[in-house]
Amino acid sequence: MAKHKSADKGKSSKSSAGKAKRASKKAGRTVAKATGKASKARRIGLLVGTVKGAFYLGTDNKRKKWKLEGPHFLGNEVNHWVLDPRTRKTMLVAAVTGHLGPTVFRSTDSGMTWKEATRPPAFPKAAEGQQAPAVKRTFYLAPGHESQPGVWWAGTVPHALFKSEDDGVSWDPVVGFNSYIEGLRAKNEMYFGETPGGAITHSILIDPRDAQHMYVGLSTGGTFETSDGGRTWRGLNQNVSVVDFFPEKFPEYGQDPHCVVMNRANPDRLYQQNHCGVYRLDRPGERWERIGENLPKKVGDIGFGVVTHPRDADTVWVFPMDGTEVWPRTSPEGKPAVFKSENGGKSWKRHAKGFPSEQGWFTVFRQALKSDALDPLGLYLGTTAGEIWVSRDEGESWKPVVSYLPRILSIEVAER
Amino acid sequence: MIVKVHLSSHVRAYTSGARTVEAEGDTLAAVLTDLDRRYPGLRFRIVDEQDRLRQHMNFFVGGKSVRDLKSPVAPGQEVHILGALSGG
Repeated sequence: MAKHKSADKGKSSKSSAGKAKRASKKAGRTVAKATGKASKARRIGLLVGTVKGAFYLGTDNKRKKWKLEGPHFLGNEVNHWVLDPRTRKTMLVAAVTGHLGPTVFRSTDSGMTWKEATRPPAFPKAAEGQQAPAVKRTFYLAPGHESQPGVWWAGTVPHALFKSEDDGVSWDPVVGFNSYIEGLRAKNEMYFGETPGGAITHSILIDPRDAQHMYVGLSTGGTFETSDGGRTWRGLNQNVSVVDFFPEKFPEYGQDPHCVVMNRANPDRLYQQNHCGVYRLDRPGERWERIGENLPKKVGDIGFGVVTHPRDADTVWVFPMDGTEVWPRTSPEGKPAVFKSENGGKSWKRHAKGFPSEQGWFTVFRQALKSDALDPLGLYLGTTAGEIWVSRDEGESWKPVVSYLPRILSIEVAER
Repeated sequence: MIVKVHLSSHVRAYTSGARTVEAEGDTLAAVLTDLDRRYPGLRFRIVDEQDRLRQHMNFFVGGKSVRDLKSPVAPGQEVHILGALSGG
C-alpha cells in the first residue's frame, strides 16, 4: 500500500490515522479485485461497519463462498462504509473512536489507499459566549446524484446534514436543512429527542430523476423532503404515528422513522420502518399507509431496517423485533424471521428457514438489513451479536456466513 | 517558544508514530494550532469544532490537568496529551 498522504498538505506521511489506513491495505485489494474492470463477471461484496472496525466480506455472483477480510480501521466505530456507484472506485468510511472525534476516511482507488478528509463534517464555530453543537459521529453517507460527480451527503449525530462537493475531502453544513430543523426543535424539543444512539440524521435518499429532490429521515424528527437541492424543506409525516405518551398521535413532525427507503424501479414508492410501525407512501401522495398492521399481531410491526426490491416496487422485506413494554428490540419470542410482502404490504409471508426456531434473539440495526440487485436477489442481515446471515433466494431461506464479529452497525453491498 | 509535547498511542498515527514531538506556543491553544500545522488533522480529533477538549482526552501542562485552551504554557513546561483510561 502506498504511504498515506496527509490530506491537508499532500505530504507523504504515515500519519492521520495511518495505522487504520495501513490496516486497510488488504481491504483495498479485495475490493479492488471485486470491482475491477478485469473481471467481467458480476462480483459483489459486503462492506461491514462494526463498533470495532470494518470488515469486507467478498464473494462472487453465486454467493455460495464467502471470504472475510479485516478488521480494517481497527478500534474505530464504523457507522457506514459506502462505495460510490458512480465511479465504483471512491469509498468513504464514517468513523469515530472512543477517545478521538469523528472523521471521514476516503479512498479513490477502491480502498487501496486511504486519506482522511481535510475538513470532516463539523458545525460552524459558535460566536463568543454562544453555545453550539459539535458533531458526535457521522452516521450516514450518501453518494450524490449521478449528474453531480464528487457530491456526497452526510447525516450526523446530532441532527445535521452536510455536503461535500469534492468527493468527500471537505464538508460544509447544509444550512437550509440544519437551520430548518433547529427551528422546529426550538419550538418543540420533545419531538427531536435523542435515541440511545443520539439524534440521528439518516436515510438520505436522492431522486434518481431529479438531483434537487431528496428525502431525509430523522430519529427522532420525522421524514423531510426538499425539492430545491436542500435549501428549503418540508415535513412528510402524514398519518405516521408517534409513541403513545406524546401529546398528539399524528403530529406534523416528531416521528421516529428508523429507516426510509426509496424503490429503485419506482422512485415514487417509499417505505419506512418506523418506531411505530411499517409504512408505505406513494408520491405525489402525502399520506403514509400503515402496512405493518397487516403483519401478525403477535409479531407486531416494530423493527429497524426495511428493504425494497430494486425491480419490483411492491416487494418489501422487514425484520420485526419486539416493541412491547420496555422495547426489547429483539426477535419476537426468540424466533427470528423475515417478513416479505409482494403486494406493497397488503399481506406478508413469514420466512424463517435456516434461522433458529427458538431461543434466537436477533437484533438487527437499521443499516444492517440490505439487498443486492442480482437475480434472484440476495438479502443480508448483520446482528448485534456479530453474525451475518445471507439469503440467496429473495429471503426465503437463510444461512449464517460469519460469526463472532463485533456488534454490526451497517452493511452495504458493493456491486459491479 | 518551543515546547515538548508527549502523546499517547491514540494520536501517534498523525506523528508517524512519534511519542514526543515539538510545537510552538505559549498557551495550550497555540500549541495545538501549531501541532495541527505540523500534523494536519490531529487537532480536530482531540478538540471539537466548538473548541471543547474531547471528553476522553486528557491534557496536562507542566504535569497539571487542564481543560481550558487558554491555559498558559510557561517556559520549560511540557505538555502531555493522553487518552483517558477508558475503553471497552
